[in-house]
This record gives sequence, structure tokens and C-alpha cells, in this order.
Amino acid sequence: MIHLALPYAVAAALIGIGSYGVLARRNAVLVLIGIELMLGGAGLLLITAGATGRDTWAAGNVLTLFVITIAAAEVVVALAVILAVFRARGRIDVTDALGSECQLATEAAPGASPGAVPAGPSLDAASAGAPTRPAP
Amino acid sequence: MTSLDIAFTAVGAVTIAAGLLAVTTRHLVHAALWLVLALGGLAGCYLVLGAELVALVQILVYVGAVVVLVIFALMLTRAPIGPSPDHATSMLHRVLAAVIAGGVTALLLAVHVPLAGDDAVERTPIDTAAISGQLFATWVWPFEALSLLLLVALIAAFAVAAVGRRARR
Repeated sequence: MIHLALPYAVAAALIGIGSYGVLARRNAVLVLIGIELMLGGAGLLLITAGATGRDTWAAGNVLTLFVITIAAAEVVVALAVILAVFRARGRIDVTDALGSECQLATEAAPGASPGAVPAGPSLDAASAGAPTRPAP
Repeated sequence: MTSLDIAFTAVGAVTIAAGLLAVTTRHLVHAALWLVLALGGLAGCYLVLGAELVALVQILVYVGAVVVLVIFALMLTRAPIGPSPDHATSMLHRVLAAVIAGGVTALLLAVHVPLAGDDAVERTPIDTAAISGQLFATWVWPFEALSLLLLVALIAAFAVAAVGRRARR
């Protein structure tokens, strides 16, 4: 015997916490952590809906397994994108995506060693707004 | 309060506390480690609700794979060790985000808590054999589509990482 209000409250809190993480963080990896928490809350909603009553197709469990699988695929692609952005720009701050020019053109300049990552501060340069990375 | 209620309150409190710390801590690596605790607590919630298979898959996939990936990404993007104030936005931004997050939580609570009712209900246990039977009968096409999705995600991750490297040359 269990009161279903408790799982629903925990799921709502997890989704709220995740949305705060998405909205209030600047590092892209930390935004991803917020998204993972929101997906966890969604899975808890599915399990709670399937834990009682007549779940003839085991939909609560099976759909939660699907959500976990999709989350794993999503996190792989998202981290690949984050690594590509870090390699191109030297930082993964999501707040300076607008307003600063894309530095891919300058990165392709001759003399830049392949695979080298700029040694400047990865996140501290974001507050200045302007591209302050040292030239290679 | 039944015994299942008490157990769920314990694991739910751990989950919510760890989730709050994961989104508010100033240590980058600590955020990933608090995420481990939050997702482990979520697996405990699944266990209390009677979904053992999902709890085990949650631990295997999330704690075993996703968090390791996140920690790898943090290391590859040169995450600073120690507290740094640069990961959070300005105070106004954070207050607005907290207001929106509180609104989302209140909306979901207002929808779901009346749905749950006031009485304690009996949970209906679904054993793993029944889940696997349904998974390979009713849900077999979504299951196969998911395997295709995983393959596409794998190739796409390679492709995206290779594009980033080619742009530097």
C-alpha cells in the first residue's frame, strides 16, 4: 500500500530542479545535467502511472526503459557537440553563443596545430564577451 | 503512512536533495557526482514502486555510462578543479530561473496530486518475464527502432567529433 501523491510530488520536484539547472547554468555540460534530471522525473511519472491499476501491456516499465535508452543516445550526441564546440571556440559557455562571431574561420588559419587546444582560460573569458583568446 | 510510504519518502528526499545540489553547486565535478547520487536515489524510487528491472537498467545505463560520459566531457573541456563562480549566471537570471522552475513544479503538482487521490493504493507487481514478453511482442517495433536510433547516435557522435577536428586543420 502506498500513497501515490509522494511519487508524483518527487517527479514534479525533479522536473522543476532540472528546469532550473537548464535555465540558470552557463556551462553546457551542467545544462545537460539539468536535462538528465528532467528525464529522470519523466521516467518516475511513467513508473508511477504504471505501478497501480491495470497495466496490461507493461507500458509504464517498457516506456521508461525506452526513455532511458533515448536519454543515453541523446547524451552521447550532445557531448560530441559540446566537444566539437569546445575544440572550435575554446569554451563551452552557452550565454555567449549569441553576439560573438563564430571563430571557426580563424581556427582554420594556417599555423594552427591540429588537435591543439588554446591554453587560455576556458570559462573565464566568457565574462568579457569579446573574443579574448590569444592568437596561436 | 505505510512502510512503503516511509521508504519512498527516504529515497525521494535523497533524490531531491542530491538533485538540488547538482544544479546549485559551484564545483563542476561535484555536480556530476551529485548527479550520481540523484540518479541512484531515483533507482531506489523505482525499486520501491515495484519496477526492479527499470531500477537495474537505470543504475547500469545512467550511473554506469551516462555519468562516466559526463565526467569525461568535463575533463576533456578542461573543467577547473575547485569552486568557480563562472558557471552560474547573474543573480537576476538565477532568480528568474528559480521562479520559472517553481512555476513548473507547482503546475505539475496541481495536475498530478489530485489525480493520485487521498487513499493508499495497492501496487500491482509486474515481473520481469511479463515485461520481456510485452517488450518483444507489443513493443517490438519501437524496440527495433530504438536499436536503430542507438546506431545512428553512435555514428553521429563520431561524425560530429570528426567535423570539429577537420575545422581546426
